Amino acid sequence: MAFLQLKSVGQTYFSKQTATTALEDITLSVSEGEFVSFLGPSGCGKSTLLSIIAGLLRPTSGTVTLRNQIIKEPHAKIGYMLQQDYLFPWKTIKDNIMVGLKLQNCLTKERIDYTLSLMKEIGLHDTLDQYPSELSGGMRQRVALVRTLATSPQILLLDEPFSALDFQTKLKLEDLVSSTLREHGKTAILVTHDIGEAIAMSDRIILFSTKPGRIFRTFPVSGHLRKRLPFEARQHPDYTVMFQQIWEELEQIEQNDTE
Amino acid sequence: MNKMIPNKAHSDYLQKLRKRTIQVKVSQFLIFIVFFGLWQYSSDQKWIDPLLFSSPIKIVKLLAEKISDGTVFVHIGMTLTETVFGFLLGTLIGTLLAALIWWFPFLSRVLDPYLVVLNAMPKVAIGPILIVALGPNLTSIVAMGILISVIITTIVIYTAFTNVEPNYVKVIRSFGGTKFQCFKEVILPACFPAIISSLKVNVGLSWVGVIVGEFLVSKEGLGYLIIYGFQVFNFTLVLMSLLIIAFLATIMYQLVEALEKKLIKNRIS
Repeated sequence: MAFLQLKSVGQTYFSKQTATTALEDITLSVSEGEFVSFLGPSGCGKSTLLSIIAGLLRPTSGTVTLRNQIIKEPHAKIGYMLQQDYLFPWKTIKDNIMVGLKLQNCLTKERIDYTLSLMKEIGLHDTLDQYPSELSGGMRQRVALVRTLATSPQILLLDEPFSALDFQTKLKLEDLVSSTLREHGKTAILVTHDIGEAIAMSDRIILFSTKPGRIFRTFPVSGHLRKRLPFEARQHPDYTVMFQQIWEELEQIEQNDTE
Repeated sequence: MNKMIPNKAHSDYLQKLRKRTIQVKVSQFLIFIVFFGLWQYSSDQKWIDPLLFSSPIKIVKLLAEKISDGTVFVHIGMTLTETVFGFLLGTLIGTLLAALIWWFPFLSRVLDPYLVVLNAMPKVAIGPILIVALGPNLTSIVAMGILISVIITTIVIYTAFTNVEPNYVKVIRSFGGTKFQCFKEVILPACFPAIISSLKVNVGLSWVGVIVGEFLVSKEGLGYLIIYGFQVFNFTLVLMSLLIIAFLATIMYQLVEALEKKLIKNRIS
């Protein structure tokens, strides 16, 4: 049995005028330790799907199971990271990273020490008493990563976590996130519209088409790229080949859209 | 660094800033002097009716007299107590009501037209009913102070609650946080600035409520002094009370502002 399993998940939004199908018949499975990217043009429902997996949104049809357990509401074993850091400006960095543990009522010495060691790992342990406004965008997103990892989720859902950062910071963070997740053996799903990011970071890329959002094609990433850190992967010849391939597919989706 | 390398341009800039601050202070002081000077002079010259408009010197003399016999403090104490209770309770009850309708979105839709009507209605008009209902005492005057501020506080704070960035709530929910935790960890702290600023508005509103309450029924307080002075045609007393109110209201406002600075110094999100 797969680690994470989606069975014909569908999502329809209702408004007074219309019913819009955002997602239709999504079936896929993710195995433990795998890094999967959801790639697609905006409006393909990939973020919606992530919210469903996180348990923040109930699908109108289908089921999501994590280790054979149906996900109906947010789950302690699932970590969710948003487009921006959304650190609470009124809390110190320390209180911000501990917020998950506080909410789940497990502020034990052991868990606190683990979280502080994560801070050390990403090189920000000297900012604990500062407030988010005193940190740069890249630093804040690193703190947000620690906040997500603090509760030891088994699977991490990353909703375009690098999209608000400048390019250089983004490249550095990709490496950091990638190596941190690998080290801790975490399963991850990354939602992105950046082809390069998807290739550099994932083991498998799932391409979505729009209106309604459906799985269009799946691309396994070559072993050469998978064993490299994102930054190095970007220099590898396989990267360019794959980029071309996905680019053409995306073009096709766009063409289908306009027709 | 700027101390080690004397930077001419920078010191010029600082000098300019300082000069502008001094200019502002001097102008403010001049307005003060000119206003009271002109008042005194025109009263002496009988350009304005001294019986009606009194004069600063008469007011100061009366104030000195009231301070030396101690009676003024009784009135000040009374009114201050009523006002402080009025604006603190008004803000507190308003915030609680806002929390209630935030918690039950159905309630917010149901109550919406009623809040609009209640907000538009002149609350001081209920004064006589309050006094009959609660008795001619401190309670009904405090109630007046609360009543005048509570509805607008509810509306303002509820709006602030609903405008909190939804992604902050999403963070809490993604950790499996309950609705109460969302409120306690995000909604309330995110709205502290809004609560403080309605506290500021309520300082002013409560003064209105309390003074009107005292007009209607009281045996002591600054509002009582005003209405009493009016009845015996002692306008020096009326104006003195008015100046005391202006002074106290300013102090209160400054205190709330100091509290604001202390509470939200770290929030530049």
